[in-house]
Amino acid sequence: MSSETKQILTTDGIPLEVSLKKAEKKNKIKAFLLVAPLLLFLIITYVFPIGEMFSRSIDDKMITNMLPKTFKEMEKWDGQELPSEEVFTAFYYDFKVLVEKQEHGKLGQRLNKEKNGFNSITKKLFRQVKRKKIDESSSIKDQIMKVHKRWRNVEYWQAIKRTAPPYTMSKYLKGVDMYYAADGSITQVDEDRRIHRILWLRTLEIAFFVTLFCFLMGYPIAHLLATLPMKYSNLLMICVLLPFWTSLLVRTASWMILLQQQGVVNDFFVMIGLVADDNRPEMMYNKVGTYVAMTQILLPFMVLPLYSVMKTISPSLMRAGKSLGGTPFVAFWKVYFPLTIPGIGAGCLLVFILAIGYYITPALVGGASGTLISNQIAFHMKQTLDWSFASAMGLMLLSGVLVIYWIYNKLVGVDNIKLG
Amino acid sequence: MSKNPEFVKFDKVDKSYDGKVLVVKDLQLDIAEGEFITMLGPSGSGKTTCLMMLAGFETPTHGEILLDGNIISNIPPHKRGIGMVFQNYALFPHMTVYENLAFPLRVRKVEKDEIDKKVDKALSMVSLNGFESRMPAQLSGGQQQRVAVARALVFDPAVVLMDEPLGALDKNLRESMQYEIKHIHESIGVTVVYVTHDQSEALTMSNRIAVFNDGKVQQLSDPAELYEKPVNSFVAEFIGENNTFNGEIVDIDKDKCKVKLANSEILANPISVKSKGEKTTVSLRPERALINPTDKMDNMFTGKIEEVIYHGDHTRVRLNLLGSSEFILKVPNSTSNLELKVSQDINIGWNSTDARALDPK
Repeated sequence: MSSETKQILTTDGIPLEVSLKKAEKKNKIKAFLLVAPLLLFLIITYVFPIGEMFSRSIDDKMITNMLPKTFKEMEKWDGQELPSEEVFTAFYYDFKVLVEKQEHGKLGQRLNKEKNGFNSITKKLFRQVKRKKIDESSSIKDQIMKVHKRWRNVEYWQAIKRTAPPYTMSKYLKGVDMYYAADGSITQVDEDRRIHRILWLRTLEIAFFVTLFCFLMGYPIAHLLATLPMKYSNLLMICVLLPFWTSLLVRTASWMILLQQQGVVNDFFVMIGLVADDNRPEMMYNKVGTYVAMTQILLPFMVLPLYSVMKTISPSLMRAGKSLGGTPFVAFWKVYFPLTIPGIGAGCLLVFILAIGYYITPALVGGASGTLISNQIAFHMKQTLDWSFASAMGLMLLSGVLVIYWIYNKLVGVDNIKLG
Repeated sequence: MSKNPEFVKFDKVDKSYDGKVLVVKDLQLDIAEGEFITMLGPSGSGKTTCLMMLAGFETPTHGEILLDGNIISNIPPHKRGIGMVFQNYALFPHMTVYENLAFPLRVRKVEKDEIDKKVDKALSMVSLNGFESRMPAQLSGGQQQRVAVARALVFDPAVVLMDEPLGALDKNLRESMQYEIKHIHESIGVTVVYVTHDQSEALTMSNRIAVFNDGKVQQLSDPAELYEKPVNSFVAEFIGENNTFNGEIVDIDKDKCKVKLANSEILANPISVKSKGEKTTVSLRPERALINPTDKMDNMFTGKIEEVIYHGDHTRVRLNLLGSSEFILKVPNSTSNLELKVSQDINIGWNSTDARALDPK
């Protein structure tokens, strides 16, 4: 049988498909115009900043633009011995331009990040250049080498060469406690200085347990919400949503009041004789505080998707399970629970992703052992002003979330998510 | 094998949800083994509550329910061994047809071979072989319904409860399913307790029908008796069509009474009236009143045709008779059909035995 059926024409001889497309075109344009503002909004507020973040995190053009002649000459240098006269000369002329533009300080700072000690020797060189002590007619190499002994050290020239490419992955390596060693190989930092890796693992651990606690507490609440008579379930719903209507900061602050050593919870423990008055447990400025506060704050994000899924499960299904001979547990486990998996997936994904990037709560109640990677990002944004490093870690966090989403999709399937 | 006439027994069962209103009042009902009994009544009459108490999802406030002589009020639903077909089928949407049917067998730890055999048998009973691997969402409403019936029967329960199982189907499918369920019942002899508010469904399928109203069984009898001999005006009104006359007894003897209407008198069959002066509602089935009767009948009146509605197999005629303009006649469609025209006067007659003087409405 031929699948190529005869082309169907409309009454005025136009092929049906063409006619259909023409008729639908107007609707399609209308639909596009309706979503266009949102699309534009997303591009401006989401796609563009992420792109900007990415370019900032790998950007190393500043120094490339500062020393154009030097890097050009360095292409010929093998990087083993001290560079040739030409390289020194090129460096001198580059540096002279920077001195005129008063940008030599920036160069020193940038190179100092690459290798300690650059700051002082660039300052020394600056003074020489400023006072025009360098004789441009004789060997510039010898004169520069005389300024400081470090200019005679090949490692410093190697460090300059390493900064040549306009893009670098060094920020990402720093995010996982690694760096480019002098010979350009990727090396781990000393064990006692590996703080980022601890933070990543702690972030994952806290996000995982917060998700678990939210699930354990949210599931029965959502079930109650879905099965209680209207007048009670409305009240319960308000109780669940109340945290949503309170400022995040206020909620976190109230947890501080509750959890501190002289706080309400500790007072209660002492009153019922659970702990001694002089031995009150620390429940804040550590992981306990972060767990408690984050679980409470993220609970609605677990309850709501679960509730919306449970609401659609007919109560007669559980009855059917029981009337067919299943014990209440079997009926729950074989009938009810599998039907709530879409809600569990959505709730867990939502809570986990929110928890992994949580910032205010751990910053306030987390203390030293309860801070997360996002606090580190904020630290670099506000304190060290190393925005490119903050961008790099932000992107690592984002890609981590995408990886989790991908794994989830493989395991459960995104089609199975139900947010409401 | 002798059948137990009290296989299921409701013994003085009361049920109240809020402690103020009795939904079921002093229910006394015996269901024989292998019987198809229907609980029929308007919504809110307590019939579904009775079914839920029997299934174990509601507990009686007072009284006992016995299954084969054993009190079951304290047995949880999953240990009662009662199959149930729900209003919206309640098929497990995440399981295939096979898994749905295997569920009651698996929880009973039946061997795999045995499960396969039983599922196959149950599916062939509802003629759905070959549908094992389908998901419920891939089935039509009627097929889902049949799977639900098969699932309720697959573990050979002693009693099967059906809670308005055909409510969601369209008319034609509903009728064919009625016969199908009836035939399944006849072939395997299981006891069926069926709840519906559709009187024609009840009349078609049941051995006996319990008409519920206001938490009480108004009448319990077989379909023919229920239709022909309703014991009170609620049953007469609820089952089938009905012409009624409200009046007062002026004369009564053993099997005949004279009822005085607004401006005439008719003869009727005294059912729930005892003495002169009582108010009564006389009920007469439309098909029992004849036009121009050839036989001698003890009620003969002349009425005026108000409306003629053609129904295909019969014609409905609305008459103005004895001061009421709501008197309905059903004239079967036959070759010797009369010419019926609006505002024509016709003679109507019926026997006093068919006009049942019941409690006043």
